[in-house]
Amino acid sequence: MKPEFAIHTEHLGRIYKVRGNRREKRQLKERVALRDVNLQVPRGEFFGLLGPNGAGKTSLIKILVTLLAPTTGRALVAGHDVAKYPQSVRPLINMVSGGESSGYGLLTVRENLWLFAQFYGMDYRTTRTRIDELLEIVGLKDRANTKTSDLSTGLRQKMNIVRGFLTDPHVIFLDEPTLGLDVGASRDVRQFIRNWAAAKPERTVLLTTHYMAEADELCDRVAIINAGKVLDCDSPANLKRRLQREAIFHLEVSPLNGVVHGFEHLPGVRKFVHTPGDGKSELELILESDDAIGGVINTLTTHRARILNLQKREPTLEDVFVDLVGMSLAEAEKNG
Amino acid sequence: MLRAFQRTFFPAAWLGWQVESNWTDPLIFFVFSALKPIASVMILVFMFNAVSRSGTDPALYAYIYLGNALYIYVGAIMAGTSYSILDDRERYRALKYLYIAPISIPVYLLGRAMARFMTGTLAVGITIAAGIVFFKVPIHPMRANWPMFFAALALGVLCLAAMGIILGSITLTLRSEPWFLGESVASALYLFSGAIFPITLLPATLQPIGFLMPMTYWLELMRRALLGSGSASFPTLAAYSNASLFGILAALTLGFGLLAFILHRLFDRIARDKGMIDAQSNF
Repeated sequence: MKPEFAIHTEHLGRIYKVRGNRREKRQLKERVALRDVNLQVPRGEFFGLLGPNGAGKTSLIKILVTLLAPTTGRALVAGHDVAKYPQSVRPLINMVSGGESSGYGLLTVRENLWLFAQFYGMDYRTTRTRIDELLEIVGLKDRANTKTSDLSTGLRQKMNIVRGFLTDPHVIFLDEPTLGLDVGASRDVRQFIRNWAAAKPERTVLLTTHYMAEADELCDRVAIINAGKVLDCDSPANLKRRLQREAIFHLEVSPLNGVVHGFEHLPGVRKFVHTPGDGKSELELILESDDAIGGVINTLTTHRARILNLQKREPTLEDVFVDLVGMSLAEAEKNG
Repeated sequence: MLRAFQRTFFPAAWLGWQVESNWTDPLIFFVFSALKPIASVMILVFMFNAVSRSGTDPALYAYIYLGNALYIYVGAIMAGTSYSILDDRERYRALKYLYIAPISIPVYLLGRAMARFMTGTLAVGITIAAGIVFFKVPIHPMRANWPMFFAALALGVLCLAAMGIILGSITLTLRSEPWFLGESVASALYLFSGAIFPITLLPATLQPIGFLMPMTYWLELMRRALLGSGSASFPTLAAYSNASLFGILAALTLGFGLLAFILHRLFDRIARDKGMIDAQSNF
């Protein structure tokens, strides 16, 4: 009987021991990458992990694909414990990581793919057919006999995507698959992943990303993760719906004249994010109701700040993140 | 089980051959493969001639020349196998994808060792041929015991691959200067394996290391196969029959094979605990 959950984690934790510098006498320090992560991903789901860099997304993926041992708790993939029985997990999974140039540069695209197909025990005919099909879909057919070292980053990432999907895995782990790609290549990759998931509804996809729109566009459910902790998990629509009773405003102001600290005490202002820019500042405000915007405008006017633009908009996953973490994704990345 | 072995070993050997030979065009590869070992062996030939001005002892000369030529296999297979872990992890960033594939990493490394053996054979063959043709090394191919040579070669290559897997597994867990391990072990064993001088010339306290090393017996067997009675002028292992040497080498190969299996599992666990399988060192 197939397990109900493709991925199941219980109190999963991971602590890295990091050696300090000379001034710190090279003492080992502990860095918590994951703490008490409990996730259940049913078979066939497109599941997203959304969080800033350093949130613990990659550590979680590494544990699930058997590359990293958890410090506490346990994780099951396709019903198998990843720490105890990695050899049972491996034939059923594959992984694609973005933002890196992996692959044997002196082999051609086709040779790289053929090599990994052999490692998965794929027969000659299936390998050939699938390589041709997938290269055609991602637009790499005409580069099949090009050495990988001669490919651009985007094309190399497309080859990596093909390598990951070539083995038709039951569970595929996509770790920031569009990282470092230009807009066109990212769109192609997202389109390919979406089509694959739609064509194989029994397969499970776990995608990590720090691009809100990507998670929103692709995922059935999203877990928001920060500082190693899963803060919330639901469908993008449900996560956003929770903010719909609030009013979300976007303002462009010039100059701000130090007024930003005053917002914290204004009635009706739940959260705000200030992003300084060239000659103007951007403000994202989550307000308890539309009425609260009056107080914000009054404060800005009193401080002689000029409002260049004011927009009320629908909540996004970015707003959900701000609501949960108290800062924007970019700020969370800066704070590390 | 055999199919699992085949689907890992042969692609790994093919990959290894591509990595070793496909970095340039065939002519440059051949010139490089020929010049590098001949240049290194020439240093030894001139040193030997300078030191023994009173006249060259042909038996000692052949002993040193062959030891040096055959030691190419140690660097190629043992150090090379451990180096391929670093190559995959840090140069090609592919080790993590190999690790999550349903393959046995020791079998994969055996495949990579096979490729190193093939390129090593090219270098060894050229060096020995150059020795016969240009440096007057007294080897007579027609009188060599080829069955014994190939049997000893096969056992030695297996043993070196096992040692390479051990070093590769340890290398996986090293965060800084990981490349040093394979090369330094190969260099250190150069002294202890009787490659360029009989191990009885070592201080008595260091001689046991030489007697524990499979290369000592392997080189002796290879020399006996190629030099015939000429190799008997060195008394270190003269008391041992060919059968005894084969027995010791086979036992050590089995021992290192088991050790490779156990240590790979141990260091694999350590690497996963430390998060080293896809780490970047200062390689």
